[in-house]
Amino acid sequence: MSDAWIVVLVVGAATIASKAAGPVLVGRRELPPRLQGCIDLLAPVMLIALVVTQTFGGDEEIEVDARVVGVGAALVAIGLRAPVIVAMAVAALVTALLRLAV
Amino acid sequence: MSESANAAPRIRDGVRAALPLAPSPILFGLSFGVLSDATGFGGAAAVVMSATTFSGAAQFASVSVLDAGGTVAAAILAAVFLNARYVAISMTVSSIFPGSRLRRLVESQAIVDESWAISGRSGRFEWPILVGAGLFFYVLWVASTALGTVLGGVLENPDELGLDAAFAALFLALAVPYLRDRRARQAAALGAGIVLVLLPFAPAGVPIIAAAAACLLGLRR
Repeated sequence: MSDAWIVVLVVGAATIASKAAGPVLVGRRELPPRLQGCIDLLAPVMLIALVVTQTFGGDEEIEVDARVVGVGAALVAIGLRAPVIVAMAVAALVTALLRLAV
Repeated sequence: MSESANAAPRIRDGVRAALPLAPSPILFGLSFGVLSDATGFGGAAAVVMSATTFSGAAQFASVSVLDAGGTVAAAILAAVFLNARYVAISMTVSSIFPGSRLRRLVESQAIVDESWAISGRSGRFEWPILVGAGLFFYVLWVASTALGTVLGGVLENPDELGLDAAFAALFLALAVPYLRDRRARQAAALGAGIVLVLLPFAPAGVPIIAAAAACLLGLRR
């Protein structure tokens, strides 16, 4: 089985279980507040970790290249309340143009 | 949204409430299909993932970790950590699902960030709105992923198009709403620091997983 299919199966099963956890297993009970506090922080931490990796990640090194400018442009777009899909397009376009120019 | 107080909302009210948000799953589904195909994840795997995982950020995360040369384990953990929030989200609506356990298991899959947010707009969570909106998003998500994999075949060298930066922009935009909270900002900054320290040494994918430790800041009261 290819890597992609293993990921599809395991992530799919884990996500289905996560979504069902409340309605199927828990009913009206609540999570301990400290555990809840950690879970609340997981999404922003993982998203920003992905941003840093996608922007600076190289082959076991930090690379500063056209991506940094593209993501910076996207950040400006987000600051101007552009829709997510527009921010993505801005990042792709700026990065691609820089790669053409360099 | 029901017009009068005594008319209980129906599934179709959920579909109606979700209509204005339709462009989002369509465009993301298309881009997920295109990116999966272009990065070698595979069109069939992308469609099956949309149909089973049905959660944009985690799906993009898995594909981007694999594309960056990360291991299968790293790609899985990144997505599972991202989707751990659904444990918390599903807890908030655990009491609105009727019927048997099997029925609750199936219908709980309608939970995504957007359907969940819409279903609570009246001040309390409403099951028909959540299921109607979730079902509507699901159909759009899977169909547009499939369409995207077809369109993706025409791309030859995706990285020249700046798709790697587009991934980063997507994750950044998704993170922004969370960062209004001060503790979330601190944890995200710590996570970013962990990634930057590890990037020069660790194999691809490992820095992201290590960054998850930053969520332990949530242990403080």
